Amino acid sequence: MYSRGYKSLVSLPPLLWVGLFLLLPYALMFAHSFWTIRDGLIVHHWNLDNYVTLFSKPIYLDVLFRTMRIAASVTLCSLLLGYPLAYYLSFHSGARKELLYQLVIVPLWVSYLVRGYAWKTILGSDGVLNGFLQYLHLTHEPVASLLYSPFAVVLMLTHIYTPFVFLPIYAALEHIPRPLVEASHDLGAGSAQTFLRVILPLSLPGLLAGATFAFVLSLGDFLAPLLVGGPSGTMIANVVQSLFGAAFDWPLGAAISVCILLITLTLLFLTEHLEKRWSFR
Amino acid sequence: MRSASPILRAPLLSIYSALVFAFIYLPIVILILYSFNRDGVGGFPPRHFTLDWYRQLFADGPIWDAVWNSILVAAGAVALSLTLGLLAALALDRANFPGKALFRRLVLLPLILPGIITGLSLLMFAVFAGVQLSLLTVFLGHGTALISVATTELFAGLQKMDRAQEEASLDLGATPLRTFWRITLPNLKLSLIAAGLLIFTLSMDEIAVTFFLIGRDNTLPLEIWARLRRGITPEINAVSSLIFAVSVGLIVIWYRVRTRSPGAEARELF
Repeated sequence: MYSRGYKSLVSLPPLLWVGLFLLLPYALMFAHSFWTIRDGLIVHHWNLDNYVTLFSKPIYLDVLFRTMRIAASVTLCSLLLGYPLAYYLSFHSGARKELLYQLVIVPLWVSYLVRGYAWKTILGSDGVLNGFLQYLHLTHEPVASLLYSPFAVVLMLTHIYTPFVFLPIYAALEHIPRPLVEASHDLGAGSAQTFLRVILPLSLPGLLAGATFAFVLSLGDFLAPLLVGGPSGTMIANVVQSLFGAAFDWPLGAAISVCILLITLTLLFLTEHLEKRWSFR
Repeated sequence: MRSASPILRAPLLSIYSALVFAFIYLPIVILILYSFNRDGVGGFPPRHFTLDWYRQLFADGPIWDAVWNSILVAAGAVALSLTLGLLAALALDRANFPGKALFRRLVLLPLILPGIITGLSLLMFAVFAGVQLSLLTVFLGHGTALISVATTELFAGLQKMDRAQEEASLDLGATPLRTFWRITLPNLKLSLIAAGLLIFTLSMDEIAVTFFLIGRDNTLPLEIWARLRRGITPEINAVSSLIFAVSVGLIVIWYRVRTRSPGAEARELF
């Protein structure tokens, strides 16, 4: 029913815009990763040196592995907090369900920076937590190791991504037909068995989506380490950021970015397929 | 079936969930509480109530310049991403063209990729194009990255729309343009408002992409960021609390609009 003119009128502007302002920039990132820096200038000389450097110098791989450990911890912690919460809301919250649901969503919209900053004021050596501990006379000296550590990064990111993880799990739990759960009870399965054999398998796609989200977003985060991480909490995106800043080695920074991008896309691709396979139809 | 109160039915789970809620909200509560504390950030308990930090904040020129910059950027980003997102949603809904699947994924990429990747790519593009970094580059960056959000929301709205009205309008002799103005747009009104609010909030708060595209004039998050590096003051608590209040206000409006919108639950694009 729509004319060819209409169709090209609506498709051409976004196609051109996205091609120019998204595809071209991402392609430039890709191209930079194969270029070199010589005498402080970027030379368009195609080679694989950046990738060789990246995989031969232990410092980059070390940071990459630490980043993955941190991202994995964040994912695990957010699941441990988000899953039971989603389960409680979906199966046990009764009439307060809608209100509680909104309460989980609200922080999702509250500034990332605001929430990160809040943790800084809590964990600092003269922060709220230390003040609280001294008030209770549990300690007389401030506990110094709270802020500026990988622990602080995991804590802050877990705080930020728990609602993200909650959402798809809750959606998956809500879609489980209740007669299935009742049937399991009627056939003599206890609560634990019903959970393990019926509810958990059916919620796996949601769990997977949430976990991927938390992992991918933590993997590329550079603000949390700057805010609460300190030197021992440095992550791979901080290395990229410094290569694009003071260290001025855009090609190497681009190569690391391409690696982050590839890890992200691979994970998304894998989970998309697993989700489809595990989906309950 | 079983009628006991939920807390009695699953006591441990209830307590655990309450603790998770506490974990989610505690930092925000503490933040707000200490914005009224005369003795500054930290220490326990907060002792002397004061509004001094808010007074200081309202007299703080650079902060309000940054707020104004953020509003300009966000308003521009809303206009740009809604326009292109609407066209993209119409194209995905109604047209077939080579590379459609690729286009759909490409549009959504900024939503899925870490901000640093999109930010750096756009930085390289700006340098490549010889453009000086300024609020203009930030606006272009936000507007482009947030087409993802606009497209998702508006595509969902289009999927729920009844095509018959448009067909009738065209059959009765209205031009396609007139049909678009009189039928398509009014039907999408709620989706447009919801998407606009969402994009505005996201742009006001954006930091990872902005970080690499900012020139001399700061947006609000970047101004706060710069101050954080110099040390923390209750004034930042005060501005953060205000941001929190404004975000909550916008969310409430957003929910009102969204629950009335026919595309409320639709997420077909994902």
